Amino acid sequence: MSAQLDLAGIVSGLKRMAPLSLFVIVFGLAFGVAALQRGLSGLETLLMSALVFAGASQFAALELWGPQIPLIALIATTFAINARHLLMGAALYPWLRHLPTRQRYASLTVLSDANWAMAAADYQRGETNVGMLVGGGLAIWLAWMIGTLMGVVFGSGITDPERYGLDVIMGCFLLAMLVGGKRDLSMLVPWSVAALSALAAMAWLPENSHVIVGALAGGVAGLLVPDKPHEQEASA
Amino acid sequence: MNLPVTPAGALAAIVIMALVTYLTRAGGVLVMSRIPIGPKVERFINAMAGSVLVAVITPMAVHGDSAARLALLATLIVMLVIRKPLAAIAAGIITAALWRWWISL
Repeated sequence: MSAQLDLAGIVSGLKRMAPLSLFVIVFGLAFGVAALQRGLSGLETLLMSALVFAGASQFAALELWGPQIPLIALIATTFAINARHLLMGAALYPWLRHLPTRQRYASLTVLSDANWAMAAADYQRGETNVGMLVGGGLAIWLAWMIGTLMGVVFGSGITDPERYGLDVIMGCFLLAMLVGGKRDLSMLVPWSVAALSALAAMAWLPENSHVIVGALAGGVAGLLVPDKPHEQEASA
Repeated sequence: MNLPVTPAGALAAIVIMALVTYLTRAGGVLVMSRIPIGPKVERFINAMAGSVLVAVITPMAVHGDSAARLALLATLIVMLVIRKPLAAIAAGIITAALWRWWISL
């Protein structure tokens, strides 16, 4: 197993992410509109989308935006919502470790749910080109910026994306990636544990902890799954 | 501790958010690069990778409205039957949009 990053791979990643990116534009537009309503300037809104590039935490930050911004709450909320990246990055580590250090940490600047899911599926199939992660991430970043800009410029466009089913796109996308990955029945136990733990965390633990709790519980349950020949191969 | 919403305060808040978010993006890889990867760690990572998605999707299905649930169901069925992600996602979106349009009539 090895990995490399090249322009052809990045371009291919961009293309594969293009269909979903169109929907990301709509989310960006909704964010742009919401941010202006919340009192951010157009420049601040664009800057946040460009630098933070994590939709859910950006919407959450708007909730905290007032005459004063509570710093600790802002940091805690941003961290809690984005902490799933820690696990997503860790899951790709066996792949990314073959890249030179600089490329590895530069690639991670565009890590987000959709391109991670597709890249993880590539990795499972034995693909050595990391272009999906970077190209897909760039496609989403561009779409997110275009959407934010449109929201800032045009003010109000689609203000209730729910009406059009746009909010369920990400859920459907991630589900398709999950089911489309390698078929492996030994994952049924860890995934069930993950599902139940996430629901339990949602009911009884602090807000935004459910993804981390579910993922870690699923990982621990995976330790109980017996070794299989292909896993021994992969670790050899 | 509060930041005032002056241009400088807002800029500081945005930069801090960006730093925290990059920390989450790079942190997992950074930690893993210091842990030796044996078969156990590998099993943990493999199970965790799918579990992240399961933990994101399950609450959407359980706490979501009927449109969200039907959309996920449609995606799952199409994915299991024909294994084409784009068709599965399209089926989900169309299902949600049709359902919401129908109940809004």
